[in-house]
Amino acid sequence: MAGTALRGRLTWRVATVSAVREETQTARTLVLDVPDWPGHLAGQHVDVRLTAPDGYRAMRSYSIASAWPSSPAGGAKVDLTVEQVPDGEVSPYLGQVIGVGDPLEIRGPVGGWFVWRPEQPGPIQLIGGGSGMVPLMAILRAAELAGRQPDVRLLYSVRRPESVLYAGELARSKSEIAFAYTREGPAGERIGRIDAEVLARSAWSPDVGATVYVCGPTPFVETVADLLVAAGHDPAQVRTERFGPSGGGR
Amino acid sequence: MSTYLDGNAAAGALREVFAVDITSASARCGGCGQTGVFAEVRLYVDAPGLVARCPGCDAVLMRVVKTDTDTYLDLQGLSYLKLPNG
Repeated sequence: MAGTALRGRLTWRVATVSAVREETQTARTLVLDVPDWPGHLAGQHVDVRLTAPDGYRAMRSYSIASAWPSSPAGGAKVDLTVEQVPDGEVSPYLGQVIGVGDPLEIRGPVGGWFVWRPEQPGPIQLIGGGSGMVPLMAILRAAELAGRQPDVRLLYSVRRPESVLYAGELARSKSEIAFAYTREGPAGERIGRIDAEVLARSAWSPDVGATVYVCGPTPFVETVADLLVAAGHDPAQVRTERFGPSGGGR
Repeated sequence: MSTYLDGNAAAGALREVFAVDITSASARCGGCGQTGVFAEVRLYVDAPGLVARCPGCDAVLMRVVKTDTDTYLDLQGLSYLKLPNG
């Protein structure tokens, strides 16, 4: 499967929105049916292309939030979670307009570095900032489907509790999950960004040799990657993906 | 300062040109010699096309510009790309 997902000419396919899930005030998940989807690895993304009536085209990358298969029964869904970007060219359409039954042009899956493969041994550390949670959710779901809950730790930096993506599913998850609230949080919770102390308290210790996946806005990713290396994590074990609202962003 | 993403965001565009995933390849900067996974380069997407720069010295490693009829690929800043066989 991995081989087929990473080889061969990439073609545009027309997917159909089969369901829409509201995640937060500003984010929703589009569940796509994709004909002849070759499958994907947790962490991969797709490119989405919109064409205006006058022929103008805009393209963006969106991470896939679902594992493949997406359920123990072998479900086959491609979930994209779209966070609305103010003044965005693409996200307002995906975040407000598109609905069940509508077509959407996608190509993929793409990306072979920021991925988790079930045959990969060892602990998994996921560190997400904001909508950087999306590909990490695919990894969390894939790891749980593979029975690897004990290996997974998630540290999720988010502005406030109501901004948490997949809140219900995370609450039910048996993986070890910690939140860093940066603006507002539940009474008694520390408010602030991830720092060395939060990392030491919530993340796998450097000596267990976890593969670390960090995803979020560029400054977040670089700060966290530096903290990880300073704490003694092997830089070769730290994989990063930067999200941005710019032209090719997600 | 212009914002940048990373090489992951170029995966789709590069898969139009190459039959394999370039983002997992090792890339060596022709300027400073730093070697790393292509996914970790700095990618500027607000230019006319894609510009990949070295995270070590900021030299331009690669440019991809698409027109209606052709794709221009400038790899001048790379001394090599190392891809796994198979």
